[in-house]
Amino acid sequence: MQQLEALTREAAALGQGRVIPIRALTADETEVGRQMQICNACRYCEGFCAVFPAMTRRLEFAKADIHLLANLCHNCGACLHACQYAPPHEFAVNVPQAMAKVRLQTYSEFAWPPALGKLYQRQGLTLALALAAALSLFLALAALLQGGLWQAPGPGSFYAIFPHNLMVGLFSPIFLFALLALGIGVRQFWRSAPPGPLSGAAAGEATHDVLSLRHLGGGHGEGCNNEDDAFSLLRRRFHHLTFYGFMLCFAATSVATLYHYLLGWQAPYGYLSLPKLLGISGGLALVAGTLGLFWLNLRRHPLQQDLAQRPMDRGFIALLLLTAVSGLALMLLRQTSALGLMLCLHLGAVMALFATLPYGKFAHGIYRSAALLKWAIEKRQPSRLHLTED
Amino acid sequence: MIDVLVIGGGNAALCAALMAREAGASVLLLEASPKAWRGGNSQHTRNLRCMHDAPQDVLVEAYTEEEYWQDLLKVTGGATNEALARLVIRESSTCRPWMRSHGVHFQPSLSGALHTARTNAFFMGGGKALVNAYYRSAERLGVRVRYEAPVDRLELDEARFVAAWVGTERIEARSCVLAAGGFESNREWLREAWGLNERGEYPADNFLIRGTRFNTGTLLRFMQGAGADMIGDATQAHMVAIDARAPLYDGGICTRIDCVSLGVVVNREAQRFYDEGEDFWPKRYAIWGRLVAQQPGQVAWSIIDAKAVGRFMPPVFPGTQADSLHELAVMLGLEPSTFVQTLERYNAACRVGSFDHTALDDCHTEGLAPAKTHWARPLDTPPFYGYALRPGVTFTYLGLKVDARAAAHFGGRASDNLFVAGEMMAGNVLGKGYTAGVGMSIGTAFGRIAGTQAALAAIKEHSHAAA
Repeated sequence: MQQLEALTREAAALGQGRVIPIRALTADETEVGRQMQICNACRYCEGFCAVFPAMTRRLEFAKADIHLLANLCHNCGACLHACQYAPPHEFAVNVPQAMAKVRLQTYSEFAWPPALGKLYQRQGLTLALALAAALSLFLALAALLQGGLWQAPGPGSFYAIFPHNLMVGLFSPIFLFALLALGIGVRQFWRSAPPGPLSGAAAGEATHDVLSLRHLGGGHGEGCNNEDDAFSLLRRRFHHLTFYGFMLCFAATSVATLYHYLLGWQAPYGYLSLPKLLGISGGLALVAGTLGLFWLNLRRHPLQQDLAQRPMDRGFIALLLLTAVSGLALMLLRQTSALGLMLCLHLGAVMALFATLPYGKFAHGIYRSAALLKWAIEKRQPSRLHLTED
Repeated sequence: MIDVLVIGGGNAALCAALMAREAGASVLLLEASPKAWRGGNSQHTRNLRCMHDAPQDVLVEAYTEEEYWQDLLKVTGGATNEALARLVIRESSTCRPWMRSHGVHFQPSLSGALHTARTNAFFMGGGKALVNAYYRSAERLGVRVRYEAPVDRLELDEARFVAAWVGTERIEARSCVLAAGGFESNREWLREAWGLNERGEYPADNFLIRGTRFNTGTLLRFMQGAGADMIGDATQAHMVAIDARAPLYDGGICTRIDCVSLGVVVNREAQRFYDEGEDFWPKRYAIWGRLVAQQPGQVAWSIIDAKAVGRFMPPVFPGTQADSLHELAVMLGLEPSTFVQTLERYNAACRVGSFDHTALDDCHTEGLAPAKTHWARPLDTPPFYGYALRPGVTFTYLGLKVDARAAAHFGGRASDNLFVAGEMMAGNVLGKGYTAGVGMSIGTAFGRIAGTQAALAAIKEHSHAAA
């Protein structure tokens, strides 16, 4: 009804040649707009996160506003469980769910190349195909180069199975492509509504909020909701384990690369070497983090999620877990005849992970960070509104 | 047998249950609603009016007992009990650490509500977050909670509570706290209370209920029938003018219309009927429900022009918009020539000085009845907007007379083991009028008192039984 009125007004205004038409909202975006209209008249949730303070600076919600709000939302669930208008109320306000639906649309819309944005919609299939293809690739390569998985030349020597340069040649382009695709996507998101000049304070605050997952703290520091109205820091902690575990693994690979090229030190490295220490701690953190997140995902309140995105969420978690477990297994079984199989499994998982980075759940981190930076910039500018009850 | 039976599931009931449990009593709480709707009107609240002598976490400056009392005296026009009111005020200055210990979080005033930064402590996430925290704490402490358990009647032995009946189930307890809310969602009772007006209308039929659909006043009526001492007038309630498109029940905060003082308000006859700029809106919003209730058809329209946009809290539904006053009248279904005449007369009467919505400014009308004494600016800048208003009842004030122990009274005699808290006794302190956050102050203070007294009464029974 509201949209109908807006369209009528717009049509009338157009008839008089007064305004430039705004881009029509999708059904999911319209739903966010409807809910924000209710929330903006209530505002009880202002203390929970960044979404509601950003909302109060607006009276109307155009596409770019909705995209910003959707990506600011961490799906912590606090506003759902505290909402006097949540189902079964006829207003049926469920901000986390409405935001989750639009978030997925923004990833698709801003994806580069645009045709691949559709992959977000079929995440289960995308991940399964990527993993199968990557595994097949390495198994086939192993067969081709060595005549089979169990024909490994010497214990502990995986470069003998896949020469170092071959691995670099396979992974670098995929990784660089992922960076490029995500970079272009987030640039389009940024440019859809540039927030203004960047300041050091804004960058500092956004960085802090991203790295500390401040908005999974619930505004009071006791954490977010999962299966009911009780707060818990588990999600924040498991996410930290996952994220920092991933970064440690990444650091392990980076250090090893430097060893290889700068110092000429070839893998395998000893258990007390820097790459190993980083990799083992990162791998263990990643295993613990992803298992925890998966467990929380299984128990999450059905209203506090977009059920259609479960394959994406769980698929991504599973792939990270597979990457970590296969990496640790590879280390432990390096001296055995399972080396070849483990290597193929690990490289296949890593390749599938890298290949799907720009078209899967990983994107949430990039767009969320950009949204937080946008908000940190915007909030430092004077508001255009003079709202008051006085 | 259970020690303390708490009937109700909102803030006052939960405060009572928690205090009784902390005092060592076994407690059963009966909430009439399903779990999803638990908490009564408390789920729609947002803050607590708090006395404080110095700045306190989320509260700035000071709000002394005397100032709080004067505010209460002003809004009630003297329809209050000073001793009980001061009890509530003092309790409001000390209850928050206890609230925090049960998981309630406070935050500074919300944007758009900065005028309450000194007087009101806001609940982070609002009243439902508070209610959720109390239920979690109650369950952790071992309070038994039953949902969908509406109590139909009590079994009394003169002034003593014996048992409560939920359908055919009889529940005995050593003492009882009644905290089951007012009767605002009982349409027949509202109709009966407001009666037939001089125009032959039942005004209450056009009221919307901002609060819970579960406050049907069953026990209030039972107690009235059982000869309990009552207080207050059945037509008195916290009543504001809300958007006429609001749902029949549970519209809550978002259905309010905050642009009254920025424009004019006309009734069905397209006539103004009250000074829209009498005082700051937070000091006047609570009288507009009754004002609209007195108009023909219990409806009115708040009219603003483009100058007001962005200066008031955004309403939940968009206003009716038109490029001329005539067109707006047609869209609103008001007689256009009268409407335009009313607005033109108002516009011509405006004496615009320097407009300042944050002060009682000098923009006023001259030679107009009723006058608009502040913020009077001609409505001359299209587009024009109209919002239809209806009376919205939050809660009713008719209640049970209590003393400082929260005890129910029968013929002037206090009950030993039946106590009352929340809306069922708010009328002792708030006979009429309203000021933000005071309902929660009363509910919290008397909920805590009632819980403590009920636990004491139950322990006394124990020792009687042992002796």
